[in-house]
Amino acid sequence: MRKFKEFIIEKLILICGSASIFFVALIFVFLLKEGLSLFKTVRLGAFLFGKSWYPISEPAELGILPLILGSLLVTAGAAVISVPIGVGCAVYIAEIAPGKVKEVLKGGIELLAAIPSVVLGFIGMVTLVPWVKNIFHLPTGLTALSGSIMLAFMAMPTIVSIAEDALYSVPRSYKEGAFALGATHWQTIWRVLLPAASSGILAAVMLGIGRVIGETMAVMMITGNSAVIPHTILAPVRTLTATVAAEMGEAVVGSEHYFALFAVGIVLFVISFAINVTADLFLHRERR
Amino acid sequence: MDKIIVRGLNLWYGDFPALINVNADFKEKKITAIIGPSGCGKSTMLRVFNRMNDLIEGVRVTGEVDIDGTNAVSPEADLIYLRRKVGMVFQRPNPFPLSIYENIAFGLKIHGIERNADALAGVIEESLRRVLLWDDLKDKLKRSALRLSLEQKQRLCIARLLAVKSDVLLMDEPCSTLDPQATERIEELMRELKNNYTIVVVTHNMQQAARVSDETGFMLLGEMVEFAATREIFTAPKDKRTEDYITGRYG
Repeated sequence: MRKFKEFIIEKLILICGSASIFFVALIFVFLLKEGLSLFKTVRLGAFLFGKSWYPISEPAELGILPLILGSLLVTAGAAVISVPIGVGCAVYIAEIAPGKVKEVLKGGIELLAAIPSVVLGFIGMVTLVPWVKNIFHLPTGLTALSGSIMLAFMAMPTIVSIAEDALYSVPRSYKEGAFALGATHWQTIWRVLLPAASSGILAAVMLGIGRVIGETMAVMMITGNSAVIPHTILAPVRTLTATVAAEMGEAVVGSEHYFALFAVGIVLFVISFAINVTADLFLHRERR
Repeated sequence: MDKIIVRGLNLWYGDFPALINVNADFKEKKITAIIGPSGCGKSTMLRVFNRMNDLIEGVRVTGEVDIDGTNAVSPEADLIYLRRKVGMVFQRPNPFPLSIYENIAFGLKIHGIERNADALAGVIEESLRRVLLWDDLKDKLKRSALRLSLEQKQRLCIARLLAVKSDVLLMDEPCSTLDPQATERIEELMRELKNNYTIVVVTHNMQQAARVSDETGFMLLGEMVEFAATREIFTAPKDKRTEDYITGRYG
């Protein structure tokens, strides 16, 4: 009887374990099936590198280059802002901050991670967007820059907590060795601790970027959503994610437009997957 | 000539007295061993000389440690200068996770001693030669130092100090992670380095103290019980506690 019970529980756990893989496989198959249907009528090159996205004109133009560039621009902007601040913050927490300040900061960072993206988008819309508009004398503040700034806030918690972990796990003996040679605290951080933690910090950056590129709500609210190839960071852009979110509701099921949105989903999936794998490689290199 | 003169040194970790009224003179260009059972304060003593105890919170020191005429434990002491002059080799070899070249260049760069690439290479070669690593590693300078054997790592850590022209070498159980052959070779290196450097070595291993040192201090519960020529300590100890320790009655 006891053996039978063990058997049942083991199998139940096995089912739970396989379920997640099963669901991922289902999602993946569905995404591929719907997305790849597009390429019966549209060439892959025309889809990826087409310069205009007019899904409902006749005939529809389904080039996602503006969307890809929009996503990349917003993400790059967010990275430029969040990486130095995030890594700096991690160094401060791991190395400099005294005990109490450290606790407060870590709590603050966790709180930042807990803010829903729609709230960030909303706050950005009413505070940041007018600000950007006035400072740069633009016709609208709904720009890639506004999106980058808000997304930097979203990437920061990931970057800070993983980079701090990486710095914290640098063996104490390196630090002692540097101090014993007469290095100052900053020389020790810059020349020993940061290089020693570099793979973990790179992983932190990659995961932060991964979070930004998949983000939808905040960018949809504050980047202006115009599917035009951006020439400056002060232009409105539309990202891959925002396109899917905004248009899925009105696309006719089974239409070219509908399939194209799924194909956009595949592109996003490939990008996130590549980023996560790279981050993983860095993390593993560190463990070795 | 006395290189390090310790007078009335007391050190507390919080309320715990780790060093109690220590007096000792460390002779220039000699090897002085500090022996004693675990927790007797011998490592703490070593870490007073280059102020590594400052990294621990709640440490309080009184007394005087005179190194070349300046008091190393005074709050005004220039720590960077002190640590450059008084180098330390740790129990576990701790090369930086950088290349062999960069490990030695580190000290030269942070102190702004040498920036010229050719001169830098020259100092690096000389330092590696002195620890007998040059012939093995001259073609592998770009390799990560973490891939060296334990003995090579420890030698590299010594070379790192020679490059910045330390003149006191503090060694905290430098051979405790090494096998007997490697230990012997490191001891040989210590004897060789003695011609130019003042060496203070902390060791658990009484035989090692007997083999390499000229003078020996025996510590117990934070006190310097006896400090004399090594031969004297091991053959005719004056204090009963020293005798008990070296004959293996405790420790």
